[in-house]
Amino acid sequence: MLKIEGLTAEVDGKPILNGIDLEVPAGGIHAIMGPNGSGKSTLSYVLAGREGYEITGGSVTFDGIDLLALEPEERAASGLFLAFQYPVELPGVGNALFLRTALNAIRRHRGEPELDAMQFLKVARQRMQALSMPEDMLRRGVNVGFSGGEKKRNEVLQMALLQPRLAILDETDSGLDIDALKIVAEGVNALRAPDFSALVITHYQRLLDYIVPDRVHVLMGGRIVQSGGPELAQQLEASGYASVQAAA
Amino acid sequence: MPAVTETIDTVQSLTEGTYKYGFETDIEMEFAPKGLNEDIVRFISKKKNEPQWLLDWRLKAYAGWLKMEEPLWAAVKYPPIDYQDAFYYAAPKAGPKSLDEVDPELLKTYAKLGIPLKEQAILAGVEGAGESPADSGRMPIAVDAVFDSVSVATSYKERLGKEGIIFCSISEAVQNHPELVRQYLGTVVPQGDNFYAALNSAVFTDGSFVYIPKGVRCPMELSTYFRINAKSTGQFERTLIIADEGSTVSYLEGCTAPMRDENQLHAAVVELVALDDATIKYSTVQNWYPGDAEGRGGIYNFVTKRAQCRGKRSKVSWTQVETGSAITWKYPSCVLLGDDSVGEFYSVAITNNRQQADTGTKMIHVGKRTSSTIVSKGISAGRGQNTYRGLVRVAPTASNARNFTQCDSLLIGDQCGAHTVPYIENRCMTAKTEHEATTSRIAEDQLFYCRQRGMTQEDAVGLIVNGFCREVLKELPMEFAVEAQKLLQISLEGSVG
Repeated sequence: MLKIEGLTAEVDGKPILNGIDLEVPAGGIHAIMGPNGSGKSTLSYVLAGREGYEITGGSVTFDGIDLLALEPEERAASGLFLAFQYPVELPGVGNALFLRTALNAIRRHRGEPELDAMQFLKVARQRMQALSMPEDMLRRGVNVGFSGGEKKRNEVLQMALLQPRLAILDETDSGLDIDALKIVAEGVNALRAPDFSALVITHYQRLLDYIVPDRVHVLMGGRIVQSGGPELAQQLEASGYASVQAAA
Repeated sequence: MPAVTETIDTVQSLTEGTYKYGFETDIEMEFAPKGLNEDIVRFISKKKNEPQWLLDWRLKAYAGWLKMEEPLWAAVKYPPIDYQDAFYYAAPKAGPKSLDEVDPELLKTYAKLGIPLKEQAILAGVEGAGESPADSGRMPIAVDAVFDSVSVATSYKERLGKEGIIFCSISEAVQNHPELVRQYLGTVVPQGDNFYAALNSAVFTDGSFVYIPKGVRCPMELSTYFRINAKSTGQFERTLIIADEGSTVSYLEGCTAPMRDENQLHAAVVELVALDDATIKYSTVQNWYPGDAEGRGGIYNFVTKRAQCRGKRSKVSWTQVETGSAITWKYPSCVLLGDDSVGEFYSVAITNNRQQADTGTKMIHVGKRTSSTIVSKGISAGRGQNTYRGLVRVAPTASNARNFTQCDSLLIGDQCGAHTVPYIENRCMTAKTEHEATTSRIAEDQLFYCRQRGMTQEDAVGLIVNGFCREVLKELPMEFAVEAQKLLQISLEGSVG
């Protein structure tokens, strides 16, 4: 489904990604772990198409389509979703309006009919209950005054509504207490399906206790230096990234 | 084609294509001779069959105007205006009696402006049509249409008449209700108030007149559509709204003009009077032609709007969405004379391309426990310049007066400007004034966040801008609010990326 080959990218002339090779099959849940500054967030932004990241080499295909040639909204429409590490605040923009606008943009692209306000509310309420989100979060401004946990749950709610085929979770576990972590993990697990893939980017093994990955990759210095099964995450937790560095 | 030319053409087609009301109506018109002098003032007055006192009033204003100087303190730039190079009176020739006699061009114009068909028939002067709004299933809006210098027609007159409400053109009011006009005209904005108000007082041609009798709650929104059509014409309309004791009225004003490469002057005066316990809500969606991307053409919108809250517990609320005009110079104000009276000002002003806006309000507190609220949202894009200029003055008599002011500016791109010039003059120890101001830009991460969720860049800008303006837009009547939201987005098309 997602195929990254020899991807290199730089920010302000400084190389951050130094040749990434990674393949996530349909239905696969892959985790990317790595220390600060290893290029984890850069990778997620490059895949989602954020400005300010210059691709200097390599290729990324999503279902065989050249992902890097698409605008961010086209990538979203084709099924790529990024759960932000720091969800952005949009003052004055009601969360319900935002979610509905996003959902209808995606539905238009899929050739599905748009939902009106009532239909949308019905769907949104169901999803919110599953995530233990109070309904007033629909009325508030997008992420404005949300706690860290609420912001992350709001990301997962968006994911649940938009039903992407590839979700990139960029340190979605940071700043979450254990209860919120479980809720978020359940939200992701609920989407598990043969045609749903996820790239779970995290610092710690903790999240992977709840979202059990098929593969774990260690990113360091802009390269994947080691790959393995779920046990690799536990090994890292025990001995730290330094051991990998020494081995690499 | 060289790349540069191509870019310019693209930008031009984009910006011009987005002004939906740029068409021109080809209709037989009657003009006064070009230029301005005492004879023109007499000509207009005679054309309108005005009483002597009004002619004298106009002539006095004209004499005063001759001695006045054009104000230059606003933060706007434009070449000197040649006041002799314009027509001061332009009117469609025929006064229709039935739908068949109405100039079809005039009818088409209303259709293009989106004024509902039922009201169109009435606007064109057909008796009886559309007097039963129940069958149309929507809230009726009584409409007065001002086409260049004259009011073409007013709808729902009969129905309003049953409540004793007078809603007609000011020319008609001069004929049919001279005592009311004489009592109130110029009492809020005196003839010599300022350069443009004096000019307007001398040559005003038409506008709307509203009188709501004691204790009456106006059963529908009253609305005036202003349209400048003719070339080289100035529009000088005058609106007078009087809300008698305990009455309530909501009034809407919409404005459009054709696209021309010349600048046209629009110098209106609006006077509102609220007596004891009366409430006036005045909403404007101003969409005069803003000029092209290079700043050619567009309306100079130099307008004086003022309300007097004369009565105890009276309330006036101004809401404006200013998206059009090459230059906007206006400060809808409230003079709070009555004890416990309330003034409100909610404003969204957008400047894109080369548009300039210097707008704000004045809240003059005189009565005890008077309170005022100012919420101003300025949005600058392209090379637009946006200034908020406001005055809060509290007289020594205004014990325990309150004011709250909030001015927010949003910048899109790096070639525009936002300026905030608040004046606070507080001469009362027990009064409280608050001022908050912010300046922000649409952040790259906000745009990216929206686009990652599947929205186009333009949709994202529209969403963010509408969010920024929400506090003001929610003050607009429903039908206008929807129109205004779309307008905001259209006005900013092509401003990012």
